[in-house]
Amino acid sequence: MDILLFGAFPYVAVVVFFIGTIWRYQTGFKYSSLSSQFLETKKLFLSSVPFHVGILVILTGHFIGFLFPSWFTSAGGGGIISFETITLAFGLSAIAGLIFLMIRRFQNERIMTVTTKMDILIEFVLLVQFGLGIWIAIELRWGSQWYAAVMVPYLRSIFTLDPNISAVSAMPVAVQLHVIGAFLFILLIPFTRLVHFLVAPFHYITRPYQIVRWYWDKKAIRDTNTPWTTTRPKHL
Amino acid sequence: MDIRSQMSMVFHLDKCIGCHTCTVACKNIWTDREGAEYMWWNNVETKPGTGYPTKWEDQEIYKGGWEKHSSGNIALKGAGKRKGLLNIFYNPALPTIDDYYEPFTYKYLDLIESPQQDVQPVARPVSLITGKPIDIKMGPNWDDDLSGTPDFARKDPNLANLSAAEQEAMFQLERMAFFYLPRICNHCLNPACVASCPSGAIYKRGEDGVVLIDQSVCRGWRMCVTACPYKKTYYNWSTGKSEKCLLCFPRIEVGEAPACMHSCVGRIRYLGVMLYDADKIEQVASSNEKDLIKNQIDMYLDPHDPEVIAAAKANGIADSTLRAAQNSPIYKFVKEWKIALPLHAEFRTLPNLFYVPPMLPVMAMVGEQKGDSPKLHSVAKNWDDKWLYDTSLDEIFGTIDNMRFPLKYMANLFGAGDEKLLAEKLKKLMAIRIYRRHITVGDISAEKSAAALANVNLTADEAEAIYKMTSLPKFNERFVIPAAHREQALEMIEATEEVKGNTGFGFTEPPVRGL
Ligand code: HEM
Ligand code: SF4
Ligand code: SF4
Repeated sequence: MDILLFGAFPYVAVVVFFIGTIWRYQTGFKYSSLSSQFLETKKLFLSSVPFHVGILVILTGHFIGFLFPSWFTSAGGGGIISFETITLAFGLSAIAGLIFLMIRRFQNERIMTVTTKMDILIEFVLLVQFGLGIWIAIELRWGSQWYAAVMVPYLRSIFTLDPNISAVSAMPVAVQLHVIGAFLFILLIPFTRLVHFLVAPFHYITRPYQIVRWYWDKKAIRDTNTPWTTTRPKHL
Repeated sequence: MDIRSQMSMVFHLDKCIGCHTCTVACKNIWTDREGAEYMWWNNVETKPGTGYPTKWEDQEIYKGGWEKHSSGNIALKGAGKRKGLLNIFYNPALPTIDDYYEPFTYKYLDLIESPQQDVQPVARPVSLITGKPIDIKMGPNWDDDLSGTPDFARKDPNLANLSAAEQEAMFQLERMAFFYLPRICNHCLNPACVASCPSGAIYKRGEDGVVLIDQSVCRGWRMCVTACPYKKTYYNWSTGKSEKCLLCFPRIEVGEAPACMHSCVGRIRYLGVMLYDADKIEQVASSNEKDLIKNQIDMYLDPHDPEVIAAAKANGIADSTLRAAQNSPIYKFVKEWKIALPLHAEFRTLPNLFYVPPMLPVMAMVGEQKGDSPKLHSVAKNWDDKWLYDTSLDEIFGTIDNMRFPLKYMANLFGAGDEKLLAEKLKKLMAIRIYRRHITVGDISAEKSAAALANVNLTADEAEAIYKMTSLPKFNERFVIPAAHREQALEMIEATEEVKGNTGFGFTEPPVRGL
């Protein structure tokens, strides 16, 4: 059972994630944040902002721990306490925001008409995942230490295609569920609006404000020396 | 010099009869589908009025367009790199559906299927979003022809800097005047929508300057809706992507007029090519407010100038496009005759839709001086209702400065606040009428007509040409559209009639909402 959940399921999730996101990207139309602010704006500020700020900080935290576990295993006690307090605050912000988002969604008729089954599913998955995360952070201290020491090697073993599940099998159920939840989250990304964070618009920062698209290389077309077969439209 | 060609437009407001045929033509082709019911890419507003969406011109509310900062640079008022990305999770300046109106239909079937009963069955209104019965609070053109004036016309943002007395004068019952303002996307040279889009989905086509939203790149960050000061990008609440007027590019590419223009009953619409220097865009858009209109109009180049032609050719502009630019009705109205002005140039997007300001409110004014005022024409003195539509033209120039619609109001719309500029255009239009009246009715002397023309620096030939282009233009004089070369057109390979109800942006997948 453990092998199935911690050894095989991660691979299924990751493979589905890659194939799914690419498939969905190629069918083009469906990548969007599916913003519902146009239908309801008053309640969105106090839900979307704390939710996103919280989740982005927490996700980044998990990533940094995964990439540089030694920063945490070697950190002193005082540093760990203040670090965990801060991340817990962001975690609480994320879950509070998510609960507000769900209340907003379920209370508003207009938003319910643009709510898909997947929206509901993913928000519940996130709720459980956030809940587990916070429970772990409070009950199983100090998470940043053992995450770096125990979980990261497991996650890395998955990446190196040599899954070593002994460490997870020995973990408390809450942690195990959190791990499964994480891979479930990855698995669901291509089938939900979550694809929107894969296309977060960071390139906006560096691009010029105005964009002009030319379908044809006009100068080449006018030039009598250019054979017409080379002046194909750029978008085809 | 980086010469490009731009599809530009002139709407002659004196000719608009407010029939909304343009609006319906557009709706039928492009926005008759879920999520787009509330969108009117073409809409016709009554002015004075609050417009669509309500009070769209008030950028203190909507934060659209560009602002000039003390540094001399311009920046988007409500979007841009810093504001746009910081506000991405929640956009504080996003209009909501209630600023437009909640789309609705009626349960017509209830009329047919109602059992026999003592009272007439009614068709109740239902929301097109939720499908539930609603109380209709607002609909498209709720304020048409000044209906509901205290709620609408009186709240027109363009009245803000008019004195109370001036406003009262505009709203005296039985003397109220109004005109229609048809609006579509201006396909701006400095489009705020393009600049605001974090994913880079909105772009200006190099070939003809049409501004489009790439539906497969739009991610629903909804910044363009805030940024466009004319509120001509719309968020489709069903697909989760934004949409806008596409100037019927599949029609333009084959040399056909866009649907709104083709169907225009008043024949108020003109479409043609303008050549401009793309290197100047930023500089012109950052001009001081009082120079904006002049600098924008200076930016368009003379298509007969050999130097311009050579530079345009070097830049790859086709001969057919150059020929179209030389016959462009837009060039005539804007550059030669100088009687068309952009709407709200102070938004700094350099719009490519120009308006010939309407005369009607001016004409209706003359009889304000009651009784035996020496200003009144002898014929008008016999009328009981002397203040009404006095078309006698004696001394009519004098009335432009104190017309029924304060000049300030018209200047707020079309002159970026410059009343002199507007008076100049109206006098020109008046002079042409005096000249034509001299010819057709003959009750105005040749001297008077010549003096009127001289006063506004028009020759009789020019006046005649303006009159012809205004009153008698043939279809192919109103629309001078260079068809894309057959082998270069994008849409010719597709059967567009088969994809009605789809997204219709050269993107022919049914518009399914993401999972
Ligand atoms: C930089 C990254 C991200 C950006 C720019 C972003 C942006 C957005 C935007 C614009 C919306 C629409 C809000 C509206 O209704 O107007 C949204 C909704 C949402 N986002 Fe994100 N997001 C990001 C990352 C994430 C992440 C990492 C998650 C989850 C793990 C997430 C989960 C959601 C959910 C669940 C909603 C739906 C909220 C609701 O309406 O109930 N987002 N996001
Ligand atoms: S009118 Fe608005 S939508 Fe159209 S090009 Fe200008 S800024 Fe963009
Ligand atoms: S069709 Fe022409 S005349 Fe009729 S409302 Fe539209 S612009 Fe005005």
